[in-house]
Amino acid sequence: MKINKNIAISDNGFVFNPNTGESFSVNQLGVDIINQLKNDETLDKITEEIITKYSVDEATAEKDLSDFIGLLQHHSLIESNEKK
Amino acid sequence: MEKLRYERPVIKKLETGMPNKFGLRTEYYPKTQIDGVSIKELIKEHGSPLFVISENTIRSTYQQAKRAFTTRYPKVQFAWSYKTNYLNAVCNVYHQEGSWAEVVSGFEYDKAIANGVNGKKIIFNGPDKSRNDLTKAIKNDSILHIDHLDELYTIIELADELNKKPRVAIRVNMDTGIYPMWDRFGFNYENGQAWDALNKIMRSGKMDLVGLHTHIGTFMLSPNAYSIATSKLVDLALGLQQKYNHEIHYLDLGGGFCSRNTLKGAYLPGDDTNPTFDDYAEAITTVLINSSFPQEKMPTLILETGRALIDDAGYLITSVIANKRLSGGKRATIIDAGVNIMFTSFWYEHKITPAQNFTHYSEDTVLYGPLCMNIDVIRESISLPLLNKGDQMVIHSVGAYNMTQWMQFITLRPKIVLIDMDERVHVIRDKETIEDIENQESTPDYLKKFNL
Repeated sequence: MKINKNIAISDNGFVFNPNTGESFSVNQLGVDIINQLKNDETLDKITEEIITKYSVDEATAEKDLSDFIGLLQHHSLIESNEKK
Repeated sequence: MEKLRYERPVIKKLETGMPNKFGLRTEYYPKTQIDGVSIKELIKEHGSPLFVISENTIRSTYQQAKRAFTTRYPKVQFAWSYKTNYLNAVCNVYHQEGSWAEVVSGFEYDKAIANGVNGKKIIFNGPDKSRNDLTKAIKNDSILHIDHLDELYTIIELADELNKKPRVAIRVNMDTGIYPMWDRFGFNYENGQAWDALNKIMRSGKMDLVGLHTHIGTFMLSPNAYSIATSKLVDLALGLQQKYNHEIHYLDLGGGFCSRNTLKGAYLPGDDTNPTFDDYAEAITTVLINSSFPQEKMPTLILETGRALIDDAGYLITSVIANKRLSGGKRATIIDAGVNIMFTSFWYEHKITPAQNFTHYSEDTVLYGPLCMNIDVIRESISLPLLNKGDQMVIHSVGAYNMTQWMQFITLRPKIVLIDMDERVHVIRDKETIEDIENQESTPDYLKKFNL
């Protein structure tokens, strides 16, 4: 699971994909997750971080993270596994 | 260290200049209380979902409507449309404000009597009045709005039987330039049915023809239709004066005024585009004032508006059961209030506000009810802030029809509370229990046992 290297992301959640010219808006937790993905963190580790920082149960955090990853893939912001 | 409030991660593609069916985000502030009572407290105490009625909004809306008409015309009488919301507590707020009762069945008639409404101040409409209903109403000197000739002849018979002169009016249907034209109730103006019925009443001498009634449609977006309706009723009333030297005491323009809700398919929000009480009042009273009634014999104007008076006073608090993503990528949120208790979600794009703080991020969402039925959709497309399981939201303007047309279907119907003028909460209808439903049933003995 790798975020595309040339994706630009600002601290306040503005994401730009130079490959397609598309821009996105991401909320704070989304920014945190993208940054951790850039640092090659595993999904388990990211879930753990979320639970420590936010008042949320593990099931919800895991479910929402997986949904978010799905959206990143949908918008071609994550390199697909096949490519690797 | 205190943990941060959780908001699920979300990413939204930025598109400029692209119109979409979700519309713009309109909710910027959470609705955390109704009339000073915290929504979280209400849910804790009474459970979710929960209908909440604001007495303050009922009274202020009524006074606003009354002001719109009485400042333009001297003789105005409202009659509360029971079918719109016949919870006794709600009806009695209107009766305290001076409204008569407008009923359309024996059941509603009995409710009005039990609420303590004087029989003379009950208007009995509708196509289904049984002989018993009519007898009761005639004895109480209530006003009967005749719907068809069969009813007219029954009333003539009863007048003889009871040796009374029932007070009656006829319901008139007419072309007011709107589509669809409602011609299933009453007697038609254009083809002469109305005059035919009036002649029968006058020539029988058995009834006291006190008024004329019409109800041209529902959620009428054009006040001009009421001008046309008023002029047609005025024409009949003046014709009766000329032909029979008979004076009509009132003209009843019925209801059908819009609330602030947005109709499905409307491009702009109802709040901005629907006519106001002033618009309707101007349309109706201008025709009355300009008519040829002698100054001292102006008829009373009766109004049976229901929806426009009660809609804004009703809220439905509901909780998020689950979030999911549909096959096409669209977000779906399931809430615990379905179309069985929110009948009006078939007609309106209801305004929905989260009941807790949220950030400016939102997602285009389809809002489903809890029923295991495909039609259970509360909003097909709404731009909603990110809600978690267990969060609450408030559906606005649900006061009309939902609490009378709701169905016990799959789930049990929830509690209804009223917040009074002093911010006290009263349960005005308890939630249903399985016993309430099963008490009506009986299982034959031979069906009581089985082996699986």
